[in-house]
Amino acid sequence: MKKSNYIFSSLIAVSLLFMGCQQGSDKSGNGALASSAAEKVYVAPGEQDEFYAFLSGGYSGNLTVYGLPSGRMFKEIPVFSQFPTSGYGYSEETKPMLNTSHGFIPWDDLHHPDISQTNGELDGRWIFVNGNNTPRIARVSLKTFETEEIIEIPNSAGNHSSAFITENTEYVIAGTRFAVPVPQRDMPINEYKGNFKGALSFISVDPESGRLNLKFQVLMPGFNYDLSHPGRGASHGWHFFSTYNTEEANSLMEVNSSQNDKDFIAAINWKKVEEYVNNGGGTKMATNYAHNVYDEHTHTGTSTMKKEVVTVDPTKVPDAFFFLPTPKSPHGCDVDPTGEYIIGAGKLSADLTIHSFTKMLDAIENKKFDGEAYGIPILKYEDVMAGVVKSGGLGPLHTEFDGKGNAYTTFFISSEVVKWEVGSWEVIDRKPTYYSVGHLMIPGGNSRKPFGKYVVAMNKITKDRYLPTGPEMEHSAQIYDISGDKMQLIYDFPTHGEPHYAAGCPAELLASNSQKIYRLDENKHPYAVTDPSEARVERNGNEVHIYMSTIRSHFTPDNIEGIKVGDKVYFHITNHEQDFDVPHGFSIIGQNTSELLIMPGQTKTSLWEPKQVGVWPFYCTDFCSALHQEMQGYVRVSPASSNIELSWSLGED
Amino acid sequence: MIVGPLFLLGLYFFPLWRIMLGAPQYPDPLGMNIHINGIAGVNEFDIQNIDGLNHYIGMKTLPKPEEMWEFSTFPVIIGVMIGLGVLIGLLGYMKKVNHKWFLGWFILMSVLGILGMYDFNAWMVDYGTNLDPNAIMKLANPDGTPMTYKPPLFGHTKMLNFDVTSLPATGAWLMFVGMMLTLVASWLGWRKSKTERT
Repeated sequence: MKKSNYIFSSLIAVSLLFMGCQQGSDKSGNGALASSAAEKVYVAPGEQDEFYAFLSGGYSGNLTVYGLPSGRMFKEIPVFSQFPTSGYGYSEETKPMLNTSHGFIPWDDLHHPDISQTNGELDGRWIFVNGNNTPRIARVSLKTFETEEIIEIPNSAGNHSSAFITENTEYVIAGTRFAVPVPQRDMPINEYKGNFKGALSFISVDPESGRLNLKFQVLMPGFNYDLSHPGRGASHGWHFFSTYNTEEANSLMEVNSSQNDKDFIAAINWKKVEEYVNNGGGTKMATNYAHNVYDEHTHTGTSTMKKEVVTVDPTKVPDAFFFLPTPKSPHGCDVDPTGEYIIGAGKLSADLTIHSFTKMLDAIENKKFDGEAYGIPILKYEDVMAGVVKSGGLGPLHTEFDGKGNAYTTFFISSEVVKWEVGSWEVIDRKPTYYSVGHLMIPGGNSRKPFGKYVVAMNKITKDRYLPTGPEMEHSAQIYDISGDKMQLIYDFPTHGEPHYAAGCPAELLASNSQKIYRLDENKHPYAVTDPSEARVERNGNEVHIYMSTIRSHFTPDNIEGIKVGDKVYFHITNHEQDFDVPHGFSIIGQNTSELLIMPGQTKTSLWEPKQVGVWPFYCTDFCSALHQEMQGYVRVSPASSNIELSWSLGED
Repeated sequence: MIVGPLFLLGLYFFPLWRIMLGAPQYPDPLGMNIHINGIAGVNEFDIQNIDGLNHYIGMKTLPKPEEMWEFSTFPVIIGVMIGLGVLIGLLGYMKKVNHKWFLGWFILMSVLGILGMYDFNAWMVDYGTNLDPNAIMKLANPDGTPMTYKPPLFGHTKMLNFDVTSLPATGAWLMFVGMMLTLVASWLGWRKSKTERT
């Protein structure tokens, strides 16, 4: 009996071996390589992705959420741009979110997302993004995946070396790319040199609420502060900015700002500056900027104009500001997970320059300076440089890390990702991208603890990667498996807008915290109705407020009379559902804004200004139930002179 | 015998019965816990959401405790039965009553339980068949009779897009264990009385 068992099990083992061999030999074939890539990215129906990826939407102004490795897009989060899909920027509640010192701005250019960190590791509470054009920083909740706060940055222009957070989310750092007169004034452009300033802003983050506060701005020389990254580990407390146009040219920049052989990486000891400011240092300057905060319970944003900012003259804070010469107009300025190496990507060269934090401290200690610029000491290149990656590529831009001692750098001109070893500076592998890659992202690749399984390369040029769609196409991105020694291209997917940087994290960090509904019993919106019996219509002069509720599948009320031409009619709609994924929509003929998409328990308001007499229908825009088509109603609009009383009803004849 | 009836105390804390409703668009099923003093959602908003769905087919909303006499009476009956059981147990311990009283309690409890089940089933028949004539969806069986929606008393049924499963819950299991203990007590008493007699 026992013997036969052995024979049987050994037979199974032999057959398994045989199957194993077959699979092994298949893999060497070309077709099977493709199929193994397919297996790596295939997330079967009903299965979920391993990582979240937040890709900036560039000139779409919004942030997109993808899954890795599938490349499936889950959501577009409206941040700086009006978004008719949800009514963001159109609803009365969200219009204040887009307020600035220049008035209502319906758009921006969103570049660099960064997930909040604790002790240098991703903590998944918020994601911060920058608006490049009209300088702003936004905070997006990773519980509701909604924009909760937007703060405008005064004295800044081209808010590009932003939004990068320090390793305990003490600050969001936002640097100006364009130097401008500070404060702004009427002056000749060609008097730029020596007169314009580069403002670097330090925005503190409340550890509990996440609330932003522009704590101080450093008014640096008028270079262009291109990108930045925080120090971490030993270098925590420092922040590094790449610069170009140290020539301070103001015209034909592509030539005139490329003349110096070396520009700088600016190293700033922000802890020293913070201490200086906390002890009363700095100058209070009159200014004007908007601070917009969205309250999850009132479902309403409020905009406050701030009138003052603390500015810091860098020459007044000793031992806090240094310039590290870095060749060829450096773009990317990345810091490895240990915090020891600062990588400057000279975008007009073939090589990467790596500065050592330890060597920098030593050079500062021994005052090995090579002159100064506007009173800020310049360190000697040879004294701070730890190594050069002789890449063989051209046009290095950005570097991320896998946490296993390797770095991955994108090369725009030679269109490739190059893997190299931190320390030996040896190139290990290179793979083409399609085409002209800008940023790349490894989940956690900008933290002490990267999750080095995939790298996403975000390209600027698409050309023939997908079926053609006319002259304008979405940008392409590639996913590479980086778990082995060699990178493997496993997937190609289109992205939305123009992704610049991205941030990613393991799915489990966010998935279980993702909110399903808003609680109706926590709804503090001043125009909310928490029970259909409270639904009503009130007139105040020519303003009419309709307190309306929705539940599958009717509006309460759904017949309204007594509205007149010239009225400003506010539909305040509360969704009474408390069931996951049951939004209701609202739209009415002639609405000059957009529809509203109202989540369970939420209240949103749409302003409607009827211009014509008639009986005008409204309806639910979100297919909410089998009776969705019946979810409709009428508003009777009478002439301005009529004296029809306001009335409203549901289910009455 | 003393311990057995005390298991019934669990009915004040745990649901007696649980009905779960799962459907393709409800990967996390909706559910109701039937307690002796009312009906509660398995998740916070389940009752509201079940009522919301049921309104399409014209079912009444799920009863609140004050809308059914059962929910005020059952806790009293259970309380009395616990008191009675413990009293019989104590008296038995003091040898004032014999095992026949234990068995008597068990039989009375069983009868009450069956009556309770009968009442519960009658409510479900009413809930599932007494439909609003103006219901949004009036569906018919293949034979032309109006479709009804009585949940099963025990087990699983398919109702439109929903899989409905109805099973005893923690409270019922505790009651079952308690009642079995009283039965064991009666049997032990019976065996003891037999050995004493011989």
